[in-house]
Amino acid sequence: MAEKLVVHTGRSAVLSRDNVDTDQIIPSREMKTVGRKGLSDGLFAGWRYTDAQARIENPDFVLNRPEQVGTTVLITGKNFGCGSSREHAAWALKEYGIRVIIAESFGEIFHGNCIRNGILPITLPTDDMDSLRSLAGPVEVTVDLVAQSIACANLPNWERQFDISAFAKRLLTEGLDPISMTLTSKDEIEAFFEKDAAQRPWVYSAA
Amino acid sequence: MAHTLFDKLWQAHRVCGSEGGADLLAIDRLLLHERTGGVALKSLAENGYSVRDPSRVIAIMDHIVSFKSGRGRNDARSPGGAAFITETRQMANAAGIHLIDTDSHDQGIVHVTAPEKGIVLPGFSIVCPDSHTCSLGALGALAWGIGSSEAEHVMATGVLRATKPPQMRVRVEGALPEGCSAKDIALYMISTYGAGGGQRSAIEFCGTTVEQLSIEGRLTLCNMAVEFAAFSALIAPDEKTLDYVRERVDPNSDLDTAMAYWRTLNTDTDAAFDHEIIIDATQITPQISWGTSPEQSCAVNQRVPSDASSQALSYMGLEPSQAISGLAIEGAFIGSCTNGRLSDLKSAARILQGRRVAPGVRAVCVPGSQSVRREAEALGIDKIFVAAGFEWGEPGCAMCFYAGGETFPPRARVVSSTNRNFEGRQGPGVRTHITNPAVVAASAVAGSICAPSDLPARSKELA
Repeated sequence: MAEKLVVHTGRSAVLSRDNVDTDQIIPSREMKTVGRKGLSDGLFAGWRYTDAQARIENPDFVLNRPEQVGTTVLITGKNFGCGSSREHAAWALKEYGIRVIIAESFGEIFHGNCIRNGILPITLPTDDMDSLRSLAGPVEVTVDLVAQSIACANLPNWERQFDISAFAKRLLTEGLDPISMTLTSKDEIEAFFEKDAAQRPWVYSAA
Repeated sequence: MAHTLFDKLWQAHRVCGSEGGADLLAIDRLLLHERTGGVALKSLAENGYSVRDPSRVIAIMDHIVSFKSGRGRNDARSPGGAAFITETRQMANAAGIHLIDTDSHDQGIVHVTAPEKGIVLPGFSIVCPDSHTCSLGALGALAWGIGSSEAEHVMATGVLRATKPPQMRVRVEGALPEGCSAKDIALYMISTYGAGGGQRSAIEFCGTTVEQLSIEGRLTLCNMAVEFAAFSALIAPDEKTLDYVRERVDPNSDLDTAMAYWRTLNTDTDAAFDHEIIIDATQITPQISWGTSPEQSCAVNQRVPSDASSQALSYMGLEPSQAISGLAIEGAFIGSCTNGRLSDLKSAARILQGRRVAPGVRAVCVPGSQSVRREAEALGIDKIFVAAGFEWGEPGCAMCFYAGGETFPPRARVVSSTNRNFEGRQGPGVRTHITNPAVVAASAVAGSICAPSDLPARSKELA
């Protein structure tokens, strides 16, 4: 079960790049064990360290700046999380402490992975993103998922609504397990398979 | 009312509606691999669920298996990788699912093995915790990549909850010029419309160019759809598809009924799409990436844009307006789920026959599957590669992505028949240029980025 997210206020960091892919979020070499844990150390390893193996921090990387300690909100560009489907990207971000990602668009699989792991992906139009990205240094961002609204302490009179599917909203606000939710439709599922087996028998003979 | 092929496939798998406009969709096949599948199997067991129907789940070892000739069944190409192989094997066996192991006759990259072994058929819904699952839409299947949690969900329930995405038609018309392939269509499309151009849509590729493509070419085209931010890709099955499938289905199944159904899988004439793109294939020339996103691609004989992203140029060691052709290379790789099939190896072998890889270039070819390897070896293609100076590897994802093991040196410029030129994808600091297999072969011979048509003629004694 994922951690609930209803209202979140946190420190933001701006990662001003488009097409940040999941190989950047968590390089494959940082996926060291068969599991969901122990990944935050490898988050953004290619950018965060000048020597990833020796774990020598790159002082220029945004999350390494002293004022960014405790960052929970990431503000970024277009198509964030494109590329590999590895859910390790969402696991690494979550373990690091990221709860909200604000972008102009997201990689489709990554977007779903965030929602299943207690991270809220918010899509905003370019001009709003430009307003957020133009703020120097970390700022405090408040997200109210129930009201679907976002505000920023450093942008007076700036409050925006965002879209999210009803299912994603419920998963995040209630921290539900999608499998047990689906199994409430078990009768419909079994009835479907029974009918389908008669109509498409070739699907039911294993390859 | 007119329906698209995607509408028809969605409806055929729709179990019931769910909240917020989502649907529960029945999943005909789930593919797993050791990199993201093992963790799904492990987590499923830890959460106390079992696999609802093990006959629908197939695990294949591909991502981090060693590609060294004579590899053992636990040999990985990355440190600590053996655990992914052994744990996935152990959990697949415990769950009772079909496992195509490292040493299996059928082993290969999931998206190469699944079509060639009849694991995916037209009209199937098929998912895999791997982004290139959209490849399989080339056979007219509803195929898309998912996360590991969703793979768990499919195993436990037999279904996935999904919201129907918007739909896009990409019509490709006209004769593809000599030297161009499906890969060039894909790179041309992505560089023209951007890496986000697919707008999270289900894309149907159609048009005379797509009809002319072989099944292998169609798999390559659909493979690259995820680099275009598509939800999935789809090509309506035609007689070419049915001929391909006929040789691969269980001979005991009622083929006539299936064939009749598969022939109904097409888009109605008046069906509406949310987006439409038309591509004139006659304008395409061999493409290559210059930057760190597939959208940063152009023709091999073009120059880097004058306004190119400085981040990308700095990583790639290039200047604005620099010519791409002629850039010295240190590495060449042919393989992957994009271009690791027999036709890809043949197109490279035609260039390599009677030629040698330039000194200082490490060139590697890894067939996409054991079947591809066997067929290539039966045709003597392996000998052409080896004589030219290529390494000839054991099937798997190999050098498409770096997993902590074997790689090219930092800042090495590499031409690659793969799908992603992301920063560090093939190794820390490695400068990847993605292109078609013939351009990889020609560049390996020239020692610099080179279109096949620009290679000097073979010397007489070798030709």
